Amino acid sequence: MIAWNTFTPWSALAGGALIGLSATLFVLLNGRIAGISGLIGGLLTAARGDLAWRIAFLIGLIGAPLAYALFAALPVLRIDASYSALCLAGLLVGIGTRYGAGCTSGHGVCGLARLSPRSLVATLTFMGAGFSTVFFIRHIAGL
Amino acid sequence: MITVFAAWLAGLIFGLGLILSGMADPAKVLGFLDLGGAWDPSLAFVMAGAIAVAGFGFRLARTRTASFLGAAMKLPIAREIDLRLVGGSVLFGIGWGVAGFCPGPGLVAAGMGEIKAWVFVGAMLVGMGVFAWIERQRARRMGSHH
Repeated sequence: MIAWNTFTPWSALAGGALIGLSATLFVLLNGRIAGISGLIGGLLTAARGDLAWRIAFLIGLIGAPLAYALFAALPVLRIDASYSALCLAGLLVGIGTRYGAGCTSGHGVCGLARLSPRSLVATLTFMGAGFSTVFFIRHIAGL
Repeated sequence: MITVFAAWLAGLIFGLGLILSGMADPAKVLGFLDLGGAWDPSLAFVMAGAIAVAGFGFRLARTRTASFLGAAMKLPIAREIDLRLVGGSVLFGIGWGVAGFCPGPGLVAAGMGEIKAWVFVGAMLVGMGVFAWIERQRARRMGSHH
């Protein structure tokens, strides 16, 4: 059953197009994949010349709410997860995206846009794991 | 220097896209991942919009040997579909399902001043550090065998 009251197809498409524009700019100007987990993970191992643009991208990303607030009211977020769940989730996302060499942006957006079979497998896998996890938490464990 | 500015701009636009699309909100992401409940397909539309636009970018990128600013093209060359890729993606997907955060939205929510997002980002950095540490140990052990 579709949640029609929360489904926002137009802002989703428009926001998605902005993400696609960002990935396009980044590959055409910087020659790089706009994959957030790789950008962050690379901070730990980057060569000196590779540090500045990584930090610049992340500053832009973290600063986006400030820029957004100049034009429109920021959406109110709902973070239901407990602090311990957030710690577990963060650890899994950190380790998993590094071993899997990408996340929703690197594999899910850039990889699929490049028609990469590797990214298709990664995306289907983390989507499947995400669907299963939420199903388990909400409908089997009933948390 | 101009490439650093370009990277900042790309990060900014990426973040604006995440906020506009609603994906900075874990509740909305979990609404997509919850197939057994009231399903919110929005995330699929975000991906469709992003892939449609980025598809043009990458098609153009493939024809180039250097970026428009003269940077080297660093497109992925790995092609293996192996246990690292699948196992890592499974762990990531579980973590994504637990809290509704993936790396980009986690950082944007942190930028909105959400303490819980900072906790997620902190734990994610620890996880990435654990990966780097394990890989360093492995490389050292492999090195000592040869």
